[in-house]
This record gives sequence, structure tokens and C-alpha cells, in this order.
Amino acid sequence: MTAVIATNETILVVGGGISGMTAALEAAETGKQVVLVEQRPYLGGRVTQLYKYFPKLCFPTCGLEINQRRTKQNPNLTILTLAEVTGLTGSAGAYTATITLAPRYVNERCTACGDCATAVEAEFADEYNYGLSKRKGAYLPYRMAHPARYVLDPAIIGTADAEKAKAACKYDAIDLEMREETLELRCGAVIWATGWQPYDAAKIQPYGYDRFPNVITSVEFERLADVNGPTGGKIVRPSDGKEAKKIAFIQCAGSRDRNHLLHCSRICCMASLKQATYVLDAFAEQAEVNVYYIDLRSIDRFEDFYNKVRANQNIKFIKSKPSSIVADKDGNPIVHGVDTEGYNRYAEPHDLVVLAVGMEPAVKKDAFPISVQINREGFIEAAPENGGIFAAGCAADALDVNRSAQHATGAALRAIQVINRVARAEV
Amino acid sequence: MGDISKNYRLNFLKEVEANVEEGEWVKMCMQCGVCSGSCPLGKFWDHPPQEIFMMIRAGKRDAVLTSNAMWMCTSCYNCIVRCPRELPITHIMHGLAHYAQRLGLAPAHQPTAKFAQLFWNNLMKKGRVNELKLGVKLYFMNGIGEGFKTSLKMKDIGLGMMKTKRMNPMEAIGGHALEDVKGFHAVMQKAQELEDQRLANQRP
Ligand SMILES: Cc1cc2nc3c(=O)[nH]c(=O)nc-3n(C[C@H](O)[C@H](O)[C@H](O)COP(=O)(O)OP(=O)(O)OC[C@H]3O[C@@H](n4cnc5c(N)ncnc54)[C@H](O)[C@@H]3O)c2cc1C
Ligand code: SF4
Ligand code: SF4
Ligand code: SF4
Ligand code: SF4
Repeated sequence: MTAVIATNETILVVGGGISGMTAALEAAETGKQVVLVEQRPYLGGRVTQLYKYFPKLCFPTCGLEINQRRTKQNPNLTILTLAEVTGLTGSAGAYTATITLAPRYVNERCTACGDCATAVEAEFADEYNYGLSKRKGAYLPYRMAHPARYVLDPAIIGTADAEKAKAACKYDAIDLEMREETLELRCGAVIWATGWQPYDAAKIQPYGYDRFPNVITSVEFERLADVNGPTGGKIVRPSDGKEAKKIAFIQCAGSRDRNHLLHCSRICCMASLKQATYVLDAFAEQAEVNVYYIDLRSIDRFEDFYNKVRANQNIKFIKSKPSSIVADKDGNPIVHGVDTEGYNRYAEPHDLVVLAVGMEPAVKKDAFPISVQINREGFIEAAPENGGIFAAGCAADALDVNRSAQHATGAALRAIQVINRVARAEV
Repeated sequence: MGDISKNYRLNFLKEVEANVEEGEWVKMCMQCGVCSGSCPLGKFWDHPPQEIFMMIRAGKRDAVLTSNAMWMCTSCYNCIVRCPRELPITHIMHGLAHYAQRLGLAPAHQPTAKFAQLFWNNLMKKGRVNELKLGVKLYFMNGIGEGFKTSLKMKDIGLGMMKTKRMNPMEAIGGHALEDVKGFHAVMQKAQELEDQRLANQRP
């Protein structure tokens, strides 16, 4: 049984992405008690699935490593993975949260030796790679996973694979008797940091994401470019493994569109500019990148990055939102449209098309366990009615990592103020 | 109705907003280009919808109103379904065509305009469309020679339609009508009066 000690002076953080981690650490490092609840089997959220960060083109691993070390060193922080908040009642200073923990089937004795993964046979689509590769039924979610502990896929429980995994483990770390648990804990303030998810590209019917294998999303492209990704960092197309040297980036795929997401997702222009540099790094002079856009939004100091990318002769910018994509007989996606500068009709074949999909809130409007103010885009508003509940990062808006972390620090401060009030009242 | 347009020459967008059906949507266009790329007839026009909307904003009054663009719209609704700003593009195109026609600026011998007029005249007679007469008028729209040629070309379809009772040859004499044709004409006359009044009162 998982035991967590919590009081009205505890801060509950929901979601362990970069925002949730930041908020939890900032609060815990001031001496507050913090419980961090993460749905995935590991911390870090979606930035763990990025290859590089704009604008510096550095690796997310670096920042994640620092945060992981901070969590390990902090006795005030309790981390619950595979956990979800299924109920929340009360008001500022006195909430009761119900938390459901899914079984991992692997306990803390795990050394991440990997023997169980070798022993099992069944394979599943790897969610970490957005299904671009397969993983075993016993697996480490990704190479830097924190906690660095294997997980058994619930689908192998009750099969021969589960027994094989257990038999292979020299450390008695596999516990097939683990069951779902529910626990209740008290807390004074809640930081809601459940982040975002990519907009479902299949809903943008004319772009044929669900029809053409060589039309992929920007989040998948991050995995393709990653040297630790499913292709070892080779930028190849899914249909035939051919090198994808001529690539179209289609901006606002699902954003700024009343048929899809109303808002500008704010980061996707920068993400595509960044991804254009991946193509240049891979193919140098042979790279041919076309960026199709309505207008490019590289906000404030990102303008420098934009200018640098723009100066490259191998990257073309076409002011036009394409109307449709069709595939020719060789599987080359052909981008159709009319450009705004001259109203010229084009039909441009590419090796690969990357849809710069929008960011939508990970938690649906009606799925919050307690009433909070949600705006029409589905993000949490900062509102006095929310009491002791504060949104952090992409749960509040489409933000980049830097702004998410700043926002999360702000949320931590607000939560600390609530806890301080409780503490004063309790003395 | 007076030449209301004169007052607005300096501000064509305002003129469109005031006089064209759904014209107030024009300013919402963000020039993304999806409608132009989506229009199946795009190749055949002087200007795709996106360009027409920009021209309106740029005050290109004559170029817009004399254009054949809006007359080419077949109401396929491809543009409306895809427009990220939900502009009622099809309706604006028809609104522009109607406005150009009202001002007498529509291109001469524009086939869509001609057909629309034939259709209207036909309908106004008896409150019911007489398809046989409309078809014949349409075939002979561009003169007798071409009319006979088209009729000959379409003869099998015509016979097929008669066989399946989709067209009645008796329509050639008289044809079916509303029960109260006189009442219908009175309604239409009143409607025309009201419309004329509305146009006369529109903006000082
Ligand atoms: C293609 C692409 C490229 C990008 N590249 C960059 C870049 O180069 N530089 C940059 O600064 N930004 C980039 N971003 C933006 C960046 O991904 C976000 O800023 C960042 O992920 C925000 O972190 P977050 O913690 O707010 O959300 P998330 O990363 O989504 O984390 C939320 C966490 O909450 C968990 N969670 C969700 N629901 C629940 C629940 N109900 N209960 C418990 N836990 C839950 C999730 O599992 C997740 O771990 C990119 C975005 C995209 C789409
Ligand atoms: S569960 Fe056991 S076998 Fe599997 S990685 Fe952990 S220690 Fe190794
Ligand atoms: S950031 Fe760029 S691509 Fe993303 S929604 Fe905004 S304008 Fe479109
Ligand atoms: S699709 Fe809509 S917003 Fe885009 S150019 Fe056409 S009318 Fe304007
Ligand atoms: S409705 Fe008219 S303007 Fe719109 S796509 Fe169809 S033909 Fe073109």
C-alpha cells in the first residue's frame, strides 16, 4: 500500500511535465511539503519527446537532468507516477484529493538492468515515439526515465510473458500481485499542470494525415530527428524509408481555425523553424525546405532565430495556407494551394510533409474533478473563483518551455501564499 | 434607386458592407489562401475569392464589380467548409454578383447572369419553373444556329427525361402554374416595392 502523509499545508501538483516539475521543486525548495502526481510512468512530460530546444538548439536532456537531480535531493517532495487525480473537493486551504494509482508491477528494487525486457516477447506501439516504433511488454519508457524503473504493460499480465519477466528478474523487483490503489490526501493548494496534447491531425481532412503515410505531425518529426529516436536520427519517410530531403512544413495545422482550434498555438512557427535546421543539419546543400504559412510568429527575441533561418537559401517561405494534399503514385505528397503574394497556383511535390499541429489542453473542459474557470479555448483562466487552484504552464495557455517554467514559478508562489495563510491560522 | 455608389467611391469596403449580402464579413478575411486553392473553378477566373476580398479592401471598385469572378461561382461550398475564419464566401460572391448586376456593371453577355435572368423571368410568369421553356430559352440564348446545335446534342437526354416523366412535353403550351397566379404577382410586386424602398433609404 502506498502511504503518503499530507496535511492542509501540503501543495498538490497535478502533472509532472516541465511545468509541474518546476512548480513542485520551487515550492519544495522553500520548505513546503509537495506531492507531485503524474499520469505517465515517468516525469518530464512532452519535452522528453523533443530532440532539441529552440532557440538555442540545446538538448532538453540537460535541463531535465538538473530537475531530476533536484527532485532526488529534496525530502519535501513526494512523487507519484502512474497516478491520476480522480476527485477533488473542498476550498482554498482545505482540499481533499482522491488519487488513483495504476499498478506498475515493478517495485523500487528495480535496477533497470533490462533482463525482463529481454525475456518477454509481446511488442506494443511505443507511445513515447508516437507509435513510430515498438517496445516490449516490459520496458523502460525512455532512456532517461525518472524514476529509472521498468514498467510492465498491463496487457501482458496474466500471460506467459508476465511469468517470463518475473522469472528473469534477479532482484525480485517484479510484483504481479500489484493492483490499482486509491488514496485520499489533504492539501491546501493545488497546482494544475497537466499540459497539452497535439491536435488530432486526422481531423484536418484535406491534409490526409490518416490517408498518406508521408504526411506526419511536428511531434512525430521531433522523434524522427532524435539520434535516440526510432530511426536513430535519420530523417526518412515512413512509407519506404527513403531519405526525406525535400520537406514541406505546413503551419497552423489545426490552429487559428474556427473549424479546429480557435487559438494560435504560439510555439509552432518556432518549432518549424527549428525543425528546418534539423533538415539542413542532415542534408546540407541537398536539403530543400518549404515553409507554408499564414504569417510567421516568432515572438519577441525569437526574431533573431527567425532571421538566421530565413537567411538560408535552402529554406523557402511561401505565404499561403495550403488547401489540400494529394499523393502521387510514388507516395510523394503534393501540396496544393494559391500563394498570397501574387495569387499563383502551385502543386508542389515533396518527400515528406510535416504538419505543424496545434497544442490543445490535455484535460478536456468537462473532465476537471472540480469546478475551475476555463476559457473558450479550453485553457484554465487565472480567476479568483478558482480558490486555491492555480494553473501552470500549458494547462493555462500554449507556451514554450521558458514561459512555462516562468508561469509555473508564479503558480508556485501563489500556492505558497495560500499555504502560509493556512499555517498562520493553524498556529 | 439613385447612384448610391457615388457617395462611397472612396471607401469601397464600406460600400460593400452596406450593400452586399454578407458584405460585412469581407474584413474578417485573413488572406490565408485556402479558399483560392480549394475552388474547383479557380483556374478559370480572373480573381479567386481571396484576391477579390483584398481588392475590395484596396478600393479597386471597378475591377471588382466588372469582374467575371463572382459569376463563376457554382456554389460548391468547398471554400466555406474550409475557411478558417468561417467567411460565408459563396454568399459573398453571389452578393457581389447581384450588386454588380444592380449597378449595371456586370460583364456583358456573362452566361451565368443571362441564365439567372432567364430563370427569374420564367419563374415570375406563373410562380412555377417551366423547365421545358427554360431549357429551350437557354439553348437559344446565343442565337438560333447554336440553339439548334445544342438541342440536337441534348435530344437523347430530353427523350429520356420524357420517358421517365421528368419532363412533360405539354408544358410547351401554357404549363403548370400556382393556384392563385394573380395573388402571386401582387406579392412579388409588393416585395419589389419594399426592396426599392429599402435601397432608396439605404445610408444617406
Ligand atoms: C512540435 C513541438 C516542438 C516544440 N519545441 C519546443 C522547443 O524547441 N522549445 C520550447 O521552449 N518549447 C517547445 N515546445 C513546447 C513545449 O513542448 C511545451 O512548452 C512544454 O511541453 C510545456 O510543458 P508542460 O509541463 O506545461 O506540459 P506537458 O509537457 O504536456 O506536461 C504535462 C504533464 O502532465 C501529465 N498529465 C496530463 N494530464 C494529467 C492528469 N489528468 N493527471 C496527471 N498527470 C497528467 C502529462 O502526462 C505530462 O507529463 C514544442 C512543442 C511542440 C508541439
Ligand atoms: S524489473 Fe528486474 S529485470 Fe526488469 S529491469 Fe528491473 S531489475 Fe531488471
Ligand atoms: S505559432 Fe505560427 S503555426 Fe502556430 S498557430 Fe501561431 S501562427 Fe500558426
Ligand atoms: S479561406 Fe477565408 S480567411 Fe482564408 S483567404 Fe479565403 S476568405 Fe480569407
Ligand atoms: S462555392 Fe464558389 S467560390 Fe467557393 S469554392 Fe465553390 S465555386 Fe469556388
